Amino acid sequence: MKAILMGAVAALAMGLGTASAEGVKVGMITTLSGGGAGLGVDTRDGFQLALKQAGDAAKAVELIIEDDQQKPDVAVQIADKMIQSDKVDVLTGIVWSNLAMAVVPAAVAQGKFYLSTNAAPSALAGKGCNPRYFSVSYQNDNLHEAAGAYAASAGIGKVFIMAPNYPAGQDSLTGFKRFYDGEVVSEVYTQVGQTDYAAEIAQIRASGADAVFFFLPGGMGIAFLKQYAESGVGLPLIGPAFSFSQDILPAVGDAALGVKNTANWSHDLDNPANAAFVEGFKAEYGRLPSIYASYGYDTANLLLSAIAKADVADAEAFRAALQAADFASVRGKFRFGTNQHPVQDIYVREVMKEGDALTNRIVGTAMTDRADAYADQCGM
Amino acid sequence: MMLLIEQALNGLQYGMMLFLMAAGLTLVFGVMGLINLAHGALYMVGAFACAAVAGATGSFWLGLAASLAAAAAAGAVVELLVIRRLYARDHLDQVLATFALILVFSEGTRWLFGSFPLYLTLPPLLSGAVTLPGGLQYPLFRLALIGLGAAIAFGLYLLITRTRLGTRIRAGEADREMVAALGVDIARLYTAVFALGAALAGLAGALVGTIQSVQVGMGEPVLILAFVVIVIGGIGSVKGALVGALLVGMTDTLGKAFLPGVLARLIDPSAANTIGSAIASVLIYVLMAGVLIVRPQGLYGERGMA
Repeated sequence: MKAILMGAVAALAMGLGTASAEGVKVGMITTLSGGGAGLGVDTRDGFQLALKQAGDAAKAVELIIEDDQQKPDVAVQIADKMIQSDKVDVLTGIVWSNLAMAVVPAAVAQGKFYLSTNAAPSALAGKGCNPRYFSVSYQNDNLHEAAGAYAASAGIGKVFIMAPNYPAGQDSLTGFKRFYDGEVVSEVYTQVGQTDYAAEIAQIRASGADAVFFFLPGGMGIAFLKQYAESGVGLPLIGPAFSFSQDILPAVGDAALGVKNTANWSHDLDNPANAAFVEGFKAEYGRLPSIYASYGYDTANLLLSAIAKADVADAEAFRAALQAADFASVRGKFRFGTNQHPVQDIYVREVMKEGDALTNRIVGTAMTDRADAYADQCGM
Repeated sequence: MMLLIEQALNGLQYGMMLFLMAAGLTLVFGVMGLINLAHGALYMVGAFACAAVAGATGSFWLGLAASLAAAAAAGAVVELLVIRRLYARDHLDQVLATFALILVFSEGTRWLFGSFPLYLTLPPLLSGAVTLPGGLQYPLFRLALIGLGAAIAFGLYLLITRTRLGTRIRAGEADREMVAALGVDIARLYTAVFALGAALAGLAGALVGTIQSVQVGMGEPVLILAFVVIVIGGIGSVKGALVGALLVGMTDTLGKAFLPGVLARLIDPSAANTIGSAIASVLIYVLMAGVLIVRPQGLYGERGMA
């Protein structure tokens, strides 16, 4: 009896083995050209590094990568092609929330899993949550909430806040205001992809604020920070990690030194998974990883952990395997909340120099075990 | 008040850069009757040449010289190889051929430099902010751009009114057959005018690229506005290009700077930005339509060219 049972278990295990050996097709849609290219390249590189480090365990993963040019229409075309003709099982990689809003609802409605490496708009965290949609990175508001909490605790009385006018920008300013108890003297939205910030800098100069909170990822942040440094305004800056990420710092230079920003990851977080990630990334690509690379890396490892447990064809089992989040995150601890967004700690980082390279180090914790403001509205 | 002055300076600086772009476009259109959509590509060539040379040598000034040289050379080569065959054709053929040039230049640049934007460092001489009379602080580099734009406008004015080349350009605009009959090498004149326009576009690209970023496709948004500028100013008129560029620069900057703020008192900031910037963009075209109703040939245009 016992032998039969053992045999059955072994057969089951082998059966599962062959199921996953048939492979999981993963479609990565990300930004590889233009002002947002740095974010997509790091997402891709982090994801691929995890696959490479996994060795044979990653043999089952077939990865297709396409450039969305940061355009929603292009992203939708690629997603259609990946779903219809490439027959992918899982989609991932979108950096920008306006692109995610264009792709994710349709993709999950067609029975595909979507694992977000970055964009996590509020519309997909509350009423629009979906059993097949997981955000590995955060919910959009999170890092900005932490920045608001930090600004409040640092005693900043009046603040000028600014973000691009798209879903993540709106989430950013909403998030900041949720935990900031001082006075917001001015709330300014800019165009996505804007390269000249002279008009906004003039508004900052005239605003009478004590500090500036801004969310400008990628090339937008580089352009703003360079122009701000030349303007002579000199008010202290605060922002989420995106505004002072590893893709931005080298282009901005010493002007960013000492700036505080909030993040759920930093290269100096002390845990074995992070050490393996940072060292592996430096060895593979010859540069420091950015926060986007860390999300890509975690997403790939989450996917591998689920593949090891369940067949992607069995959606319920695969979803349960993803929910378990049984992988070693570079953030140390990691778990999903009820709406399948992370519950995690958010830190305050400071821009400093490590040798010749500008980078961030952790100087404090802004929030502990933070879920998000929309989980209650999610019916799952 | 300070805010208004600073935004006006921003508008002036933007207008001057538009002028550099529009001056070449209006000369080429006025003298040769050619619609050159590839003018934005020459702007990009200048920016990349500046970024490449400044990156390799560490000198911004060498980069700036390279942007002039590279854009002028690219302009001359394009004129000799492609544009020359288009003068006798109608405008549709010109639009198609120069649109193809945009694609060739964009892909060529992507192939050479990759898809990542490049960033330039300001020269130490022009970095930082200066305090203007009245206590307003303003970035020195942007002030320098305003001064340089004004100097180039004056230089072009002298070139066109006081030199032999200028006389020929004006004559070519008025009656090209007669100029050719009088023994002027019209082919060489056209190449020179085209290269001059290209060099100005390249310079504008390098200067704007220095404060913003250098990337593939950076020229096309500016090109559209440059066309608006020359329609407002009058085709073929450098003076018109200057006035038109300043009008468009001011309208765009002041509209985008103040409309969302005014609207934000009535509706929420995100919607105010969307509507405000949309209205600001529309204002430029309202301005253009208004000018065309009153003066169909543009502010300084001659005859019924428009």
